[in-house]
Amino acid sequence: MNVYDLIFYLFAAITLLSAFFVVSTRNIVHAAFYLIFTFFGVAGIYVLLGADFVAIVQIIVYIGGILILLLFGVMLTNKITSVQIKSGAFQTIPAAIGVGLFAGILGAVLIRTSWKTIEPIIPESTTTGLGYLLMNEYVIVFELLGILLLIALIGAASMARK
Amino acid sequence: MTEIGLNHFLIVSTVLFSLGIFGIVTRKNAVMVLMGIELVLNAANINFIAFAKYGGFGYQGQLVALFVIVLAAAEAAIALAIVLNIYKTFSTVDVDQIDTLKD
Repeated sequence: MNVYDLIFYLFAAITLLSAFFVVSTRNIVHAAFYLIFTFFGVAGIYVLLGADFVAIVQIIVYIGGILILLLFGVMLTNKITSVQIKSGAFQTIPAAIGVGLFAGILGAVLIRTSWKTIEPIIPESTTTGLGYLLMNEYVIVFELLGILLLIALIGAASMARK
Repeated sequence: MTEIGLNHFLIVSTVLFSLGIFGIVTRKNAVMVLMGIELVLNAANINFIAFAKYGGFGYQGQLVALFVIVLAAAEAAIALAIVLNIYKTFSTVDVDQIDTLKD
């Protein structure tokens, strides 16, 4: 077992354990903080897969943006001074059975499938390649996403102000 | 113990996806449902990047992952605005109590 394998198992364990705590803890603020570790673990997996730029974007956008937004959502929708921030759960056992079956079947299919893989290329910095693609083949998608994000943020601000 | 390959990453993303679905279907609080959706989107992103590396698609898989991250940011902003409006109208964000379109 080499270092790559060890680091993979470390990040996979961080991701999956904290994701399990996210969906199982009763306290919403704790769940939001466990979500930080999940996102960090996923960013580590991206780095292992040779996607350094996506990993940095993951940390900046998810941990710096989306998670803070979620925490604001928690703070604004719960009277945190008066009641405990708890979230109930319902139908846990049927849901666990169904999701477990789903994961088992999907995992079995994934393992049995013989994927047509190539020998992975030695990772190098991906920023140049991604920037080149974004400005050439995918420039329309890039511009449309910018417009979509602008519209979404204006819409969210005007909806939340009402 | 085999060498780390495509299957390991796919299994991790499968488990992450299942946990996200579990969070979506069991949680009552709307913000917790959003957290489940984020887990599902992250699982999909792991798949995109794993196939980009092992399937020989170059940078295109990573590019789609970037697009997914942008869409997740837009989705989170819109969803939280909706949740705030629901809280103002119904004084609760429990998704099983919100069963009317009009107050």
